[in-house]
Amino acid sequence: MLIVIIPAVAGIVAQLFSLPTLALGAAVLTRMESAVSWSFIIGLTVSSLDLLAGVPLAWLIVRRRGNWATVLDSLADIPFVVPTVALGFSILEFWSSPDGIAQLFGSNSLVPPGVILIMLLHFAFSFPVIVRVMVGEFLNYRETYEVAARTLGASTFTAVRTVTLPILRTGLLAAFLLALARSLSETGATIVVAGAFENGTVFISNARNAGQTSAVVLASLILILSSLVVFGVIKVVAPRIRVAPLRVWPDFERKLSKSSVVTVRNIASVAIFMAFVLFPCLFIALPAIMAVASGTATEAIAGAGPWKAFWSSMLLSYVIAVLATVVNIVSGLPMAILIARNRFGTGITKIVDALVDLPIIVPSLALGVSLSFFWKNMGSLPEFWVIVLAHTTITYSYFVRTMTASIQEVQPELEDAAKTLGAQPLRVFRKITLPLTKYALLSGAILVFTRSVDETGATSAVSKTLKTAPILLVSWIKGTVSVTSPERALGVGFLVATSFLALVVLRLIAIRQPSRKVG
Amino acid sequence: MPQLRFVNVTKRFGKVLALDRISLDVNDGEYLCILGPTGSGKTTLLKLMAGLLTPDEGTIQSNDRRVNEVGVQDRNAVYVPQHYALFPHLTVLQNVAFGPLARGKPASLALEIASETLDLVRLSSRAQALPKELSGGMQQRVALARGLASGAKLLLLDEPLSAIDARLRLDLRHKIRDIVKQSGLTAVHVTHDQEEAMSVGDEIMILKNGRIQDFGPPQRVYRKPAGIFVAHLFGGASFFEGIVEHTVGETALIGVRGLTIQAPSRMLTLTSTVILGLRKERVRISADQPRGMDNVFRGEIRSVRFLGNSREYLVRLSNGDTIASRNFVENEAAFKVGDEVSISFRESDVMVFEYPAQGLLKELEVG
Repeated sequence: MLIVIIPAVAGIVAQLFSLPTLALGAAVLTRMESAVSWSFIIGLTVSSLDLLAGVPLAWLIVRRRGNWATVLDSLADIPFVVPTVALGFSILEFWSSPDGIAQLFGSNSLVPPGVILIMLLHFAFSFPVIVRVMVGEFLNYRETYEVAARTLGASTFTAVRTVTLPILRTGLLAAFLLALARSLSETGATIVVAGAFENGTVFISNARNAGQTSAVVLASLILILSSLVVFGVIKVVAPRIRVAPLRVWPDFERKLSKSSVVTVRNIASVAIFMAFVLFPCLFIALPAIMAVASGTATEAIAGAGPWKAFWSSMLLSYVIAVLATVVNIVSGLPMAILIARNRFGTGITKIVDALVDLPIIVPSLALGVSLSFFWKNMGSLPEFWVIVLAHTTITYSYFVRTMTASIQEVQPELEDAAKTLGAQPLRVFRKITLPLTKYALLSGAILVFTRSVDETGATSAVSKTLKTAPILLVSWIKGTVSVTSPERALGVGFLVATSFLALVVLRLIAIRQPSRKVG
Repeated sequence: MPQLRFVNVTKRFGKVLALDRISLDVNDGEYLCILGPTGSGKTTLLKLMAGLLTPDEGTIQSNDRRVNEVGVQDRNAVYVPQHYALFPHLTVLQNVAFGPLARGKPASLALEIASETLDLVRLSSRAQALPKELSGGMQQRVALARGLASGAKLLLLDEPLSAIDARLRLDLRHKIRDIVKQSGLTAVHVTHDQEEAMSVGDEIMILKNGRIQDFGPPQRVYRKPAGIFVAHLFGGASFFEGIVEHTVGETALIGVRGLTIQAPSRMLTLTSTVILGLRKERVRISADQPRGMDNVFRGEIRSVRFLGNSREYLVRLSNGDTIASRNFVENEAAFKVGDEVSISFRESDVMVFEYPAQGLLKELEVG
């Protein structure tokens, strides 16, 4: 906890005091102000749109149990599997390149890089978050509430609007906040599609490249504080909104419940998913395959030209991901147990609980800025380990959250029963708690691993000479390192392929882990 | 006029036959109890009545109108699920007002109906509470009020008392019946508790493996159960396998492993195998030979259970079969395990059943 959370905040505060002057030019200040505001405008807009589009799709997946609903369910996860940098590249190619969707419309570029493209990108990568959370919510939801409402005379639409959604409002809120957090935080892919436009993270990254340290510090601080305020307000205020007095428009809502209307809605939500999420995400495959066909692949495997750096970056990325995962398990597991079992007492547990969420809420680039200052001030920790620790911080919440939820589901009675049978605490943990939460442990680890491979924001802030694969790819795509376009496509393709492969391997490990051995 | 009529209704879930050619009438104002073991199709039947499921075959009629395809919201039948499904985000009053609102009543009228109904179940004082702040019994009453306020004529209660403490349950089951009768509703009440069914139902339907086993007023079902399973589930009995040896007028003599039992003859064919059933409370136990009884045997007490106002004995007869007997405490002397006693019962109290195709044990399986 100390190593993971404190540096995130301490670094930036310390730096604030140590800066000789915070005086910035008026032009820079205006740029910064507009960039940070845009971050929030984009985040709030995109998350709302995601909610509107994602909830009907999640509904469809849960309620239409059938083969194609299962297929849809798996398809909705694809943007999770594709690292965001690759996603950014894919979306750039799809919407903006002459080889993309523009072909169909006979133009050069349908959506040029800029704010709209950022929104399209954020929409695509936040979408699966919403769908995932809401599918879980709908699955846990007791349908009897809705059934009860319908036998009392409510149409399906009325029942869902007045009963189901209000009951699930905490889930909706959580989904919205996660989407918002991802949007505020995303750096690498956003830089790829931003063009000349700046939001908060792009601004920080530009300022850093330009060596404007005070601008970096100030913008990071503002981004951190304003995220905290926005999240705090939403979290505190939203649950207190009393459900407005019941109003029902029976005839109108009955029309909305008609099967023809429902069919149109289903088709629309699938179409939106296909057009704005799935196809843009998968578009990367096309140029990558063409690159393989053109013979770039042989050069790549031979490690010629830019590929030498590429392969060492890939290696670095995966080594860091493994280490970050290990550090997370070692440091996060005890924390999860302490939170789940309320060992600090109610008050402190609540605070600790909120602190754990910090790395999710705070934009990762700003977090990275803070971390880099912290570790710089703390002395000479090698850059490699700073990156590992930064990744641990960024992914800490995902792991602890997953584990806490899972441990809370293990009834304390089970542990008590084991104790009365004479088992020592460690043995109880090893033989009872751990096996029962094994699946969560593995899925938590998978989350950490994939997020780490994916990470660009914090990494770009703490790295000086070392380049992880996504960072390298950003520079390839932005043209700061000169590579040919088949090389670029293939590089992105390799990252997607390896992370997909890693995920499959991890899943296989998760499935075949028989822990039947007693002893 | 029957408010609800099922004609040969069949429902399958995949390959599982949940209900098999069910035909029944529920009359206006009637309180019907459906009794059956787990998995017998009770809840499926209730959901078909509510319109939550549609039948695969057969017709469902409501007031002589076919309603197979009519949606839930238009059935005018309120389904009250096992744990009531009170809307956790709404107050008690809003919960009760939900039905009238959903049917398009103006808000003021809906709230008025709701508070009147809450009066009826004596919960007006908790109108502003949230459901989770109420006890189980109160929640049950809110669920009932919510159903009543919706204006539905048919109330479908799925194990309404299963989540309530034993003591309160006895109280509440009569309250539910009173409220239903007072409001002139028709109710279908699903339960697996035979005492509950017996004490509240005007009619009782017994279901097993998706088929109706018996259907009638509780007294008739108890006295003349339609089959072994019904007798077993509804009241319980000791069963013996025997062979018809003689018939003399109204009386049949049935050989049960060396003993001969007198039973009503009811068109029994000689040498056929039958099952005899005896209700425990019809079996008397005494130290010496009783007079004027049709069947008297000697036996040895194997176990005694004290139940407060009565004792239950298991007695082994000379042929090795065991018979159960229940005696009110004040009427009888207490016997101990190992005592030699006389067992006696009347011919008219012996229930005679055909031998079931799959054997006795299979027939007695519950669930």
